[in-house]
Amino acid sequence: MAQLAIEELKQLSSQIRRDVLRMVHACKSGHPGGSLGCADYFAALYFGVLNHNTDFKMNGIGEDVFFLSNGHISPVFYSTLARAGYFPIAELSTFRRLNSRLQGHPTTHEHLPGIRIASGSLGQGVSVACGAALSKKLNGDKGLVQVLMGDGEIQEGQNWEAFMFAAHQKIDNLIVTIDFNGQQIDGSTQAVMGIGNDIEAKMLSFGWEVLHMDGHNFESILATMKQAKALCGNGKPIFIMMKTEMGYPVDFMMGSHKWHGVAPNDQELEKALAQLPETLGDY
Amino acid sequence: MKKFEIQNVKDTRSGFGAGLSILGKENPKVVALCADLTGSLKMDAFQKAHPERFFQAGIAEANMMGVAAGLTIGGWIPFTGTFANFSTGRVYDQIRQSIAYSHKNVKICASHAGLTLGEDGATHQILEDIGLMKMLPGMTVINPCDYNQTLAATIAIANHEGPVYLRFGRPAVPNFTEENQTFEIGKALLLNEGKDVSIFATGHLVWKAIQAGEKLAEMGIDAEIINIHTIKPLDEEAILKSVAKTRCVVSAEEHQMNGGLGDSIAQLLARKMPTPMEMVAVNDSFGESGTPDDLMKKYGLEAENIVAAVQAVLSRK
Repeated sequence: MAQLAIEELKQLSSQIRRDVLRMVHACKSGHPGGSLGCADYFAALYFGVLNHNTDFKMNGIGEDVFFLSNGHISPVFYSTLARAGYFPIAELSTFRRLNSRLQGHPTTHEHLPGIRIASGSLGQGVSVACGAALSKKLNGDKGLVQVLMGDGEIQEGQNWEAFMFAAHQKIDNLIVTIDFNGQQIDGSTQAVMGIGNDIEAKMLSFGWEVLHMDGHNFESILATMKQAKALCGNGKPIFIMMKTEMGYPVDFMMGSHKWHGVAPNDQELEKALAQLPETLGDY
Repeated sequence: MKKFEIQNVKDTRSGFGAGLSILGKENPKVVALCADLTGSLKMDAFQKAHPERFFQAGIAEANMMGVAAGLTIGGWIPFTGTFANFSTGRVYDQIRQSIAYSHKNVKICASHAGLTLGEDGATHQILEDIGLMKMLPGMTVINPCDYNQTLAATIAIANHEGPVYLRFGRPAVPNFTEENQTFEIGKALLLNEGKDVSIFATGHLVWKAIQAGEKLAEMGIDAEIINIHTIKPLDEEAILKSVAKTRCVVSAEEHQMNGGLGDSIAQLLARKMPTPMEMVAVNDSFGESGTPDDLMKKYGLEAENIVAAVQAVLSRK
């Protein structure tokens, strides 16, 4: 997969954000807030970080593989996969519709290329990624395993089982990024279940390497991912705290949890798209 | 009534352990995970022989199920081991989303199922696991009857592509099926031909059904006894063939009546061949502490309960 320069990544992420909003608007449902917030991460990951092959094979042997644990941000995942060439871009118009491969939450069930596990019920992705990382070690496969999870999602207990397991088993071909946007359905993560301030200390005490990056700065994302890859193979799993803003960069969608799972109406869509240049052509 | 010879008395979990050890030698893609019950599940021989293919998950079953799902990506065949309670109810959503819906080739191996777990009591005696697992689309559900059959089933499921729930137990029970048998998933086994009643049994209740058949023979009742080791997919053809002949049915299992083998057979018969039926099973109740034998008596899962059910169903024929 060709890697893009930063200017090209900026254009790509603007287009991905347009796709996200148009998909959610068209079916009047879905999760735009976290999808917009993670668009830069996805663009950088699939066009600058992962060693991956769009001729999709489930076993992912010889490639880096990615798992989305917070499956509700499926729009940004689908748009990125389509823009990367996993399936036709036009198929984005089927999102959440009957008989679509683009289910509300990602699934292998409809055999959409690029998806290796169902996610949506939260807290399961890191465990699956641990297994895939062990599989790579058993296969002598040098590929890495990447995961994105939400910060609200960290309230699920299974994550902490997985954090414990990964460190104990010295799974050092695993990079978990947490989308640290501070918002969840009922409000801010601090208000709903406040564990956020010392996540770094918790992860360090669990035996992980911890890095930080700015999820809206491609230089930061690419440099941090480079650093994370360099840390692989040293006996510790790697955790990246990625600061993002839910709804970024649409002015009226930022600053609260309001746009976690609400579709924009016609006027809101128009207002949002006006802030996001169409760079690669809408689907 | 055909005579069955007891070769020895062994626990079915040891059949699983022996089967897993054979797989360790014969199938290099088999890996095993256990949640701090390696000795109880008899997985220690595999662990010792293949430490690189064994993963200790600790007391963290939800994570174990997810790790197992991930291990399939790249071609490994994971066998998870813990008690039946922690293999199903505790981890239902993990199995549902990461294994069943994602169609991952995970073998969920569950010991200490049912009342015969004994003294630990109802917290550990799951009687709902067959129902939970059979409801999941694409899940195969197997409950072998003795040591030899559990060993054979363990080997067979490694060659089956797709998620499997393999249920076995704690106590030593009569080992009477053929040594080195070939296990065919989904194939009911006719143990005794008869014309008066069809007894369909699974797991530990298969031997009880044979004991019941002997008592019934003394009473002049000719029972057909069929071992349903695979609850899903159910061998509908074998069941319908038997019922067409006998015209009445008794099911027997160490499980809740709701959601168990009898429930599956009743659904089939209601749709295709409505027939009088009685069910020997736990009737909407939790278990309790006690010896396995005392519990089976108290909860009505003995040969005499099967005999009584046969008498009841014959009167409705």
